[in-house]
Amino acid sequence: MFRFLLGRLAVLIPTFIGVSIIAFSFIRLLPGDPVALLSGERVMSPERHAEISHQLGFDRHIVVQYLDYLWGVLQGDFGISIVTKKPVIDQFLELFPATVELSLCAIIFAVVVGIPAGVIAAIKRGSILDQLIMGTALVGFSMPIFWWGLLLIIVVSGILQWTPVSGRISLMFFFPSVTGFMLIDSLLSGQDGAFRSAFSHLILPTIVLGTIPLAVIARQTRSAMLEVLSEDYVRTARAKGLPTFRVVGIHALRNAMIPVVTTIGLQIGVMLAGAILTETIFSWPGIGKWMVDSVFRRDYAVIQGGLLIIAAVIMLVNLAVDLLYGLINPRIRH
Amino acid sequence: MKKLTTLFAATALATLMAGTAWSKTFVYCSEGSPEGFDPGLYTAGTTFDAAAHTVYSRLLEFKKGTTETEPGLAESWTISDDGLEYTFKLRPGVKFQTTEFFTPTRELNADDVIFSLERQWKSDNAWHGYVTGGSWEYFAGMGLPELLESIEKVDDMTVKIKLKRKEAPFLANLAMPFASIMSKEYADKLQAEGKMNQLNQMPLGTGPFAFVGYQQDAVIRYKAHPDYWGGKQKIDDLVFSITTDAAVRFQKLQAGECHLMPYPNAADVEAMKADPNLKVMEQAGLNVAYLAYNTTQAPFDKPEVRKALNKAINKQAIVDAVFQGQATPATNPIPPTMWSYDDTVADDTYEPEVAKKMLEDAGVKDLSMKVWAMPVARPYMLNARRAAELMQADFAKVGVKVEIVSYEWAEYLEKSKDKARDGAVILGWTGDNGDPDNFLDTLLGCDAVGGNNRAQWCNKEFDDLVTKAKEASDVAERTKLYQQAQAVFKKEAPWATLDHSLSIVPMRKNVEGFVQSPLGDFAFDGVDIVE
Repeated sequence: MFRFLLGRLAVLIPTFIGVSIIAFSFIRLLPGDPVALLSGERVMSPERHAEISHQLGFDRHIVVQYLDYLWGVLQGDFGISIVTKKPVIDQFLELFPATVELSLCAIIFAVVVGIPAGVIAAIKRGSILDQLIMGTALVGFSMPIFWWGLLLIIVVSGILQWTPVSGRISLMFFFPSVTGFMLIDSLLSGQDGAFRSAFSHLILPTIVLGTIPLAVIARQTRSAMLEVLSEDYVRTARAKGLPTFRVVGIHALRNAMIPVVTTIGLQIGVMLAGAILTETIFSWPGIGKWMVDSVFRRDYAVIQGGLLIIAAVIMLVNLAVDLLYGLINPRIRH
Repeated sequence: MKKLTTLFAATALATLMAGTAWSKTFVYCSEGSPEGFDPGLYTAGTTFDAAAHTVYSRLLEFKKGTTETEPGLAESWTISDDGLEYTFKLRPGVKFQTTEFFTPTRELNADDVIFSLERQWKSDNAWHGYVTGGSWEYFAGMGLPELLESIEKVDDMTVKIKLKRKEAPFLANLAMPFASIMSKEYADKLQAEGKMNQLNQMPLGTGPFAFVGYQQDAVIRYKAHPDYWGGKQKIDDLVFSITTDAAVRFQKLQAGECHLMPYPNAADVEAMKADPNLKVMEQAGLNVAYLAYNTTQAPFDKPEVRKALNKAINKQAIVDAVFQGQATPATNPIPPTMWSYDDTVADDTYEPEVAKKMLEDAGVKDLSMKVWAMPVARPYMLNARRAAELMQADFAKVGVKVEIVSYEWAEYLEKSKDKARDGAVILGWTGDNGDPDNFLDTLLGCDAVGGNNRAQWCNKEFDDLVTKAKEASDVAERTKLYQQAQAVFKKEAPWATLDHSLSIVPMRKNVEGFVQSPLGDFAFDGVDIVE
């Protein structure tokens, strides 16, 4: 297991360096003067330009600049936002819980609905139910998030008025952030109805963000189940007269879950991409919306730093998934 | 962050104790996050709405719904005979807001005014560079560093500003967001504590609403300032619910989650008008779109040729096709909400037959010309290519052949300035200080030839009128001069004036007292919710 971990890390480190080079080059490759982009000043005298250029270290050799940048990154210095003047990492940490909360809910939703749907489709292979589930999954998979989100808002919030339109909680509630997770904070606040409000605000974004992973998980579960169900040991189990529930639930499902876990892990990266759109539609104050807002604000320091942090997070998540996979399936360690 | 958390907790407690039963909360679904809360540092309307029009007030204010100025923190002012010295008498008894983060001990005085302006002007001022990378873009953009001679304190309640030359729009400039008056006492305290950056994050001023807290990209909270010099507001709490997507803003408005929203999608406006719970306000925005001929080139150097072409353009058709009716055809180079707008000026009517004859009389035959179409949508021109195509068809009817050209946006702006440019250019302008000078001199003055004056039009009669108006300080006199200038403009026709787009503001039916600003900003003093 230790060698497996080392092997994974050996891949991870060059990848991270590669991403850091891309992030570093980002400002320098953009059209326009990097000094102006990073300082946010549009009108500068030549003296001022030289001064800022010196402050930012642009007058040094490019390799020295990069090493300096990388050294800063390793110490958690991802730059300072041009707009808010706050460290990028601080803003990230402030907003990340909102994204995690939404992503967790979405993945739970996708798993809780997706796996049973896939299992049912596999058992009832070829039936109308199977076709219905797989058809729906296909539609869900190909649904543009923006359109799907707006459609749900218009129908569920607008016409039916079942859920609020956007945000994390009703603006009537106002309490300090303790954990950053609204579901927990609203309970801690002790305010009447706060949790209910936080929960109802989560419903639509969860569905929207969870739709694509749900479709993928359902399809993956179905095909993994079908494969497992045709294995000899399942036939043996059936021949022994075990009830279908035991065969499917205990013998088949456990083995079918192995590829599904990888799929779920891979969906986390997809989810962060989806969060950018979902958070924007639902005014959800997480890192996805933060990136989009930063693009509109031309806050290049945030875009640069934020991309690197997000890339690092995705890499770490993938590493964790790999390790987890290695644990449940010893074969792939070799 | 800790501080902010404490602040949230304290306010939450205060809100709880006050009870929500009788507090009136007005929710505004704003379109974006402010860049910061020091209006001097930024140029975006979003920032001005969130900082300048809530927390701060200025020496002069724009009279609600107009571009005229009226006394604000300055109760009155006198201008010396040579027009170079402005003496402002400050309003007595103006109180700064008391917030969780600062309790003022004194009322507004001359020091606050001097501090607010000098920090933007003097590079040796300790506050000049207090935000790294921040610059006083509007202050510089309005030419104030070159214009100002000195700012002096005459006594506690009197400030004298000396100018290097006469400049009538100066007073209007002082009503702009960048000239918001800050508290020097608060700034001194922050400086002593080494927390200067806080001035841009936790603002404090003399405006109608006091800042409570900001959660990045999500919500900004304000409370009514109980001692506001203009009287306490009818609403107790003002909340900016930041909602970047226009379709979502509309849904929130419909669901009653907010009371008013800016910038609706054009496609939603009909549905908004049909909703019994909503009402929609509209007025001409402070902008103009135009087709600028190159008046230095034959045959466009002849006014009668330009006039003839103007008569060949079916403006109403352009407005209908490009804006779906959400614009009005333009007659003058300034919008109708601008003071000094001359509504006696007659527009060139659409008469292709007459136009054809006029061209023949001017000896123009088989004319072919270029029309430049902007590659981007701007508020004053949503689809320049479509407009250009319509003009192409219109001109064809009078025997003029049109070739449509376009460039990348930055290149378009640069190339179209060239004096030797070939062809007529579609472009427009949105005013920023509510002064006619900002249109007439900036876009059509002789000094602007080779720059903003895309018609390369230097007409002595017009230029004299506009220059004289810039130097006159009496509004009535300036109005007269600008109206004469508009008549000269129409007679000489350096542009075909195309349209003024409408600014549309949907809100809940129960919102009262909101006044649309021709300058395009959103201010909520005087607003009320009735049940």
